[in-house]
Amino acid sequence: MKELNALHLPNDIGYTDDHEWARITGETVRIGVSDYAQDQLGDIVFVELPAVGDRFAKGDEFGTLESVKAVSELFMPMSGTVVAINTALTDAPELINQDPYGAWIIEIKPSASEEYAQLHTATAYLDLLEG
Amino acid sequence: MSEQLGTSGLILNEPLLWHKGKPGRIGMSIPTSDVPAAAIAAELLGPAVDFPDLSEVDVVRHYTRLSQWNFGVDSGMYPLGSCTMKYNPKTNERQAATPEIAGAHPMLADTLAQGTLRILFELQQFLAVITGLDAVSLQPAAGAHGELTGMLIFHAYHRSHGAQRHKILIPDTAHGTNPASAALCGYKAVPVPSDAQGMLDPALVASLMDEDTAGIMLTNPNTLGLFEERIREIAAIVHAKGGLVYGDGANMNAVLGVIDAKRCGIDVLHLNLHKTFSTPHGGGGPGAGPVCVTRALEPFLPVPRVVMDGTAYRLDDDQPQSVGRVHAFHGNFGVLVRAYSYILSMGEAGLKRASQLAVLNANYIKEQLKDVLHLPYDRPCMHECVFSDLWQQEYKISTVDMAKRLIDYGYHPPTIYFPLIVHGAMMIEPTETECKDDIDQFIATLKTITQEAATAPELLRQAPQRTKVRRLDEVLAARSPCLIGPSGDGDQ
Repeated sequence: MKELNALHLPNDIGYTDDHEWARITGETVRIGVSDYAQDQLGDIVFVELPAVGDRFAKGDEFGTLESVKAVSELFMPMSGTVVAINTALTDAPELINQDPYGAWIIEIKPSASEEYAQLHTATAYLDLLEG
Repeated sequence: MSEQLGTSGLILNEPLLWHKGKPGRIGMSIPTSDVPAAAIAAELLGPAVDFPDLSEVDVVRHYTRLSQWNFGVDSGMYPLGSCTMKYNPKTNERQAATPEIAGAHPMLADTLAQGTLRILFELQQFLAVITGLDAVSLQPAAGAHGELTGMLIFHAYHRSHGAQRHKILIPDTAHGTNPASAALCGYKAVPVPSDAQGMLDPALVASLMDEDTAGIMLTNPNTLGLFEERIREIAAIVHAKGGLVYGDGANMNAVLGVIDAKRCGIDVLHLNLHKTFSTPHGGGGPGAGPVCVTRALEPFLPVPRVVMDGTAYRLDDDQPQSVGRVHAFHGNFGVLVRAYSYILSMGEAGLKRASQLAVLNANYIKEQLKDVLHLPYDRPCMHECVFSDLWQQEYKISTVDMAKRLIDYGYHPPTIYFPLIVHGAMMIEPTETECKDDIDQFIATLKTITQEAATAPELLRQAPQRTKVRRLDEVLAARSPCLIGPSGDGDQ
């Protein structure tokens, strides 16, 4: 597993305590999991995605990631309605391991954009990981 | 024994039966048919099944060789946490194979099946005494099936009280199948985090329990191998809101003859006969997950019930509030016979002693290993103890590497990466059937492995090296499982 100082943590996204990230892409927000999350889970073998049109509140479970070690729930970093899911992950869940920030999981139309400001910056997230 | 347990020997390769067979080989000669051939209606015909042609000795050698690749509790220690892989005395196999029992047809009339019905009836009574609960159904075929039956009983109970409920509380230390069983019954699982001591906090349960919550599903001892000491308080909170308490009895091996589930406040409890009461189950089945309930819930048990009306045993279907049948015939009858035989041969004192020794063995391992493996919850445990790989991380060694290295030394690995609340968990359940000498050797082996983690970590990363197959590609197996014989090779 990676040392904390070897983690890739981009500055242009917000992070949650549960290791999801959110990136503002115009009117919508893309959501994925951090480099730390994919590294801890190990090889991801299955991604369970919600349906387009599903509505979730911040903190709701919207899907699961399954690795050879464990199943891990995915929680919403922000409230909103799912407008797209990354169907490429169904056949190639390893994309999350290869590029956790390119391999977004869902795209939402946020219902409370101000929630983005409550997410951790990369620096604050690294502090959290370092405990 | 000072000699090392694991060693290498000649292991024979063996192809798949389709590759081994040759057209024209036969296992036995059958007489020439003297019945005139008749055509089969075309609509009944389908493509032929591709069975290989094999002689008897081909088949015998095939399965004997495969059995030599295998590892079971009859070959060595199998300390798989939460699974109770204890030794199953052979007398119980013998009773289950008795021709009068094994050959009884499940559709015999009650009057012709008094012996088998008596076994079922008396086993129900034994399990009621062991758990302290009032009534028992032997039908469910496994633990998760017992959980589902329990949830159906919750559902039927709340329906009979006029208002259906939609949520259920499930601690993060409950057995992994619980949320799925509840969800299958339509309940939304509400997770309840355990506290820093790995215990359930009554105040938190009180804050989550409401009148739309059907009850709580807990496992006691929990999946950290710890006894929920405040279970009666928690049960009282759930009952005060009209809810019910489900106890997952998968860890019953720790508390036989020690706790009374009813006095703990449990309304429904399932037992895993295949874990606790002597049925080999390493191959995945068959099992038996009887449910035990309080008197108030007895009307909801599956039918038919086995009853005794003064002079004779009979099957009773006349239970209008029952959740219905959950298994064909009488459940997995052979497993029930083994449990009946096990309980009779152990006796009340013997069952209690087995649990005491199971707990003693786990605590002994915990104390002996806590200097070399990180113990996240350092307190007396029940029948299993949970370590983590925290202290091995500096050598880039994780739990899976230590588990694989144990294989090289001749042990089945313990449960790893469960429970989920312990990062890199290694959950060890020695059971009562391992003697102190064998447990000491296991402890010494794990100590050696933790030394190797520091001095020769590559040994662990490459493990197992002494087995017929080396470390399997679990990722490929999960992403592209191949579950069919090679007859489909050309089609894939």
